[in-house]
Amino acid sequence: MLLVHFLRDTCVLTGTHVGCETTLCGACTVLMEGKAVKSCTVLAVQADGSEITTIEGVAHNGDLHPLQQSFWECHALQCGYCTPGMILTGIDLLRNNPKPTREEIAHGLEGNLCRCTGYSHIIDAIESAAQKISKERQRA
Amino acid sequence: MIPATFDYFRPETLDEAAALLAQHGEDAKLLAGGHSLLPSMKLRLAQPRVVIDLGRIPGLNSIRESSGKIVVGAMTTHREIELSSLLAEKCPLLPEVATQIGDVQVRNRGTIGGSLAHADPAADWPAAILALEAEMVVFNRGGERRIAAEEFFVDLFQTAIQPDEILVGIRFPVTSRAVAYSKSAQKASGFAIAGAAVVVHARNRAVRIGITGVSARPYRASATEKGLKGKPLTQEAISAAAVSAADGIDPLNDIHASNEYRRHLALVNTLRALELAASRC
Repeated sequence: MLLVHFLRDTCVLTGTHVGCETTLCGACTVLMEGKAVKSCTVLAVQADGSEITTIEGVAHNGDLHPLQQSFWECHALQCGYCTPGMILTGIDLLRNNPKPTREEIAHGLEGNLCRCTGYSHIIDAIESAAQKISKERQRA
Repeated sequence: MIPATFDYFRPETLDEAAALLAQHGEDAKLLAGGHSLLPSMKLRLAQPRVVIDLGRIPGLNSIRESSGKIVVGAMTTHREIELSSLLAEKCPLLPEVATQIGDVQVRNRGTIGGSLAHADPAADWPAAILALEAEMVVFNRGGERRIAAEEFFVDLFQTAIQPDEILVGIRFPVTSRAVAYSKSAQKASGFAIAGAAVVVHARNRAVRIGITGVSARPYRASATEKGLKGKPLTQEAISAAAVSAADGIDPLNDIHASNEYRRHLALVNTLRALELAASRC
């Protein structure tokens, strides 16, 4: 069984979307031990014992994650199908590179397709989330 | 998009994995990061009855320096290679290639050993393996043996790894910064239509050039290498030598590129990689 089917059908966590099922579109992206992976190309059994984060686990105590907040504010979604994958890839991106340039964000999103073609707003949102996260860190 | 049913084994030692491989023979496939095997299984291009997952065998995922060589474990992901500070300093061609593979999710799971053992003619690593004259280390029940880069790639999806052997690591030389990789990628998948890796050995005025994506078997551009032997890497010398980068090669012809176009891209990427490597001398 593939990880994406385990998450959706067994755990009933349907925020992880099935898009192309051919490792291209990134709609099924989740974090496995903190790293963005395409859950259509991981066997559920390979993830045995690993920590998996889906879009359902991103907000804390009802507060949106800075990336979720920024996607909302920057109008970074139209149909929303690619959004969970975009946000989880964005989390991995900002973990490795807290202050990315727009080019670095675009390179980091190569594995996520948005068929509403809203890429510039998605890049805006990730830039804005990076600023939010760095301000939060300074405050802390 | 659902794989056919299979039995799954997760050995914890190489001996256990080799025993399973010997037991199941051609019915078995080794699973590394799964980014070549699982897509093939989902499309049912591959229907192994037995999958042997190497993911929990300790010691296969490492990047270290050992008596003057850099040893990369077969289960090291492309992403770990991309981000390695040891490789950035000692073998910078590897992170340069890694960052151009697929996308970040693919690089987080796909492994260098899995990619090499799969031997996709459009994979990126073969160019670097050839240009760096790397050695592949394989494990079998009798012990270990090493396979030179030039002998490793046999044909389309075929390597010199024997059915009872497991690729466990790759040995690379330490190099200067005078290296480069240039590729023309297929837009949707990121695979190489043509990719050229260059390593400049400034001390003895020699270059090594590995080319992937162009033919069924990745190759060394030996005519171009010969053309540059003993010469300073001037623009004129590079341009004159790069035109021989596909001499004697029968390029692949498919929906992504005709054979003439692939030949052209082999020359263009060889030229670009040589220029870039020369600028880093």
